[in-house]
Amino acid sequence: MRVLVIEDDREAGSWLVKGLEESGHVADLATDGEEGLTLAREGVHDVLIVDRMLPKIDGLTIIKTIRSEGLTTPVLILSALSDVDERVRGLRAGGDDYLAKPYAFAELLARVEGMKRRGTEQTAETRLRACDLEMDLLSRTVTRGGKPILLQPREFKLLEYLVRNAGHIVTRTMLLENVWDYHFDPQTNVIDVHVSRLRSKIDKGFEEPLLQTVRGAGYMIRDV
Amino acid sequence: MTFNSKIFRTSTFRLAAIYLIFFAFSVSAVLAYVYWNTVGILERQTDETIRAEVQGLSDQYRLLSLAGVVDVLQRRIDEGAGSIYLLANARNEQVIGNIDKLPASASGEPGWVDFPIVVGRPPKQQNHTGRAYHAPLPGGYTLLVGRDVEEQRLFGKTIRQAVSWALALALVLGLGGGWVLSRNFLRRVDAITDTSRTIMAGDLTRRMPVSGSDDELDRLAQSLNDMLGQIERLMAGMKEVSSNVAHDLRTPLTRMRARIESALRTEDDATHKQALEKTLEDSDRLLGTFNALLSIARAEAGHSREGLAETDAASIVHEVAELYEPIVEDAGGTLTLDVDASIPVKADRQLLAQALSNLLDNALKYGVVDEGEATAVTVTAKAVDGKAVITVSDRGHGIAVADRTRVLDRFVRLDESRNKPGNGLGLSLVSSVMKLHGGSLTLGDAAPGLLATLELPLLPDSKTA
Repeated sequence: MRVLVIEDDREAGSWLVKGLEESGHVADLATDGEEGLTLAREGVHDVLIVDRMLPKIDGLTIIKTIRSEGLTTPVLILSALSDVDERVRGLRAGGDDYLAKPYAFAELLARVEGMKRRGTEQTAETRLRACDLEMDLLSRTVTRGGKPILLQPREFKLLEYLVRNAGHIVTRTMLLENVWDYHFDPQTNVIDVHVSRLRSKIDKGFEEPLLQTVRGAGYMIRDV
Repeated sequence: MTFNSKIFRTSTFRLAAIYLIFFAFSVSAVLAYVYWNTVGILERQTDETIRAEVQGLSDQYRLLSLAGVVDVLQRRIDEGAGSIYLLANARNEQVIGNIDKLPASASGEPGWVDFPIVVGRPPKQQNHTGRAYHAPLPGGYTLLVGRDVEEQRLFGKTIRQAVSWALALALVLGLGGGWVLSRNFLRRVDAITDTSRTIMAGDLTRRMPVSGSDDELDRLAQSLNDMLGQIERLMAGMKEVSSNVAHDLRTPLTRMRARIESALRTEDDATHKQALEKTLEDSDRLLGTFNALLSIARAEAGHSREGLAETDAASIVHEVAELYEPIVEDAGGTLTLDVDASIPVKADRQLLAQALSNLLDNALKYGVVDEGEATAVTVTAKAVDGKAVITVSDRGHGIAVADRTRVLDRFVRLDESRNKPGNGLGLSLVSSVMKLHGGSLTLGDAAPGLLATLELPLLPDSKTA
């Protein structure tokens, strides 16, 4: 996938580009708002990573401009401002996700890849599948290999998010934000315990574990 | 600008001046009324009597001819003291009367005339003023009837003088009063201005003078003092925080730097990798500390207050408890909930959840007396007496009474050995979040263990709608 990075800190920007390329993506770097807007308008990128504060044209203005021109490319906002209000402002301007600086690269990568998927498949599915696991979103039932699995409502939501991102890493912060809608970091590893409970329900008695822990990054549900 | 010239520019003086103008108007009106009702009535009565007499005499002249009128006049002159009569012929010679001739201005058309008269006999002669009406009679005669109005004139003069004095006195008193009032006001305002200059120059301990009369200026000074107190507390907090920040950030930074330096001295890749991994961990922790500090600062600055919305505290408590329940159970402990059905509050969901999450984190970390013991955390949320009261209690060592305030300060960790992860900011954040919500955090004794109580104002129940 092709990613446009608009970041005025040249060093941080080139580390980002390097990391994205090592992960198998193509990345372009723009170091000011004007250049960024010109490149973004070409419409050839799958995801835009936009720094909040940029020389010449401010990050939020870029997002508002391309959105008013009908460009729907998913945008990840990077910002040194971690305020919840700032976050809301960024998302209102048309951003799809918000990541406070400094970030772990794994976190950024997981989010960028997640956005690409959300950007392409915006269908209102009622059934989700990952390997032999099936979820019915209407009857809220889960089966694996035909065997029904009983889940608590929150576990169902957690599994749904993981399955929607099957084959890709989701970080603890992504889970906390999307499943619990909390934008702070608890000091204890509360998420890990929820995930391991879910794992014991969906993987117990099956040979191939579905839910994997990716060290230093997060979790992933296999889709093959 | 001198003090006295400033007075004319004070709002009090302007008010006093306007008041003075109204006051002068009303005093004048009252005095004019009094004058009209005393001097005026006397004059009008006199004039009417004179006119009636002239009318009567004219009628008698027509009925009784000259001789009859002369008789009547003679009788009146004989009996009436203070009255003036004159019947003069065409050559202005006295036919009958008690004055010799018509005053110079009394000729031609009938009308009023005021003229000097001499009363009494020598040597007790006095100059008085007479007022008379003169009318021509057929045959070239002129009839003049008047009164000695000297007493009235003196009375009027006295009244006029009294009125003028009263007016002058009112003006002087009003002006003086206005000046005194505005001078006092100005003195106190100047005192406040001077104090604020001193404070701006850096002496934050100064306070506005309060006179003790509890008037508007006192209330202003009092609220300025409250504001100054708040500023001073914040400044003191800032100072303390910055020195704490310096300490608590410098320590891990020093550690990181030392580790990197020592790793650079070796050629061993494994050591390098290990040093980098440790450094990454440390920098994440630093970042956590930094974010926590920012959250506290934001909550304390209070500008997230606009983020407060009507929410159900009960559902926030349920959600956070649900988030922590598995980890408590995994540690072999229990999380007991006792929550009212609905607790409407005005709150920032994220911040309130974060505060609760910090309390639960603490309960997990410090909630047991001995390592390995099963923890029992109890969370309650009730609507009591217009307040939402949320408590979190554990079975740990609790916090000694002496430390209960100190522990709310930033970077204070009672765990001296620091063998548990933490940055000493958890309770500070809870405390500032509660302040933002107009509530409070109180630490108490759960006997045994810590009882942390959050209180915030309850929204009036909207169920009636």
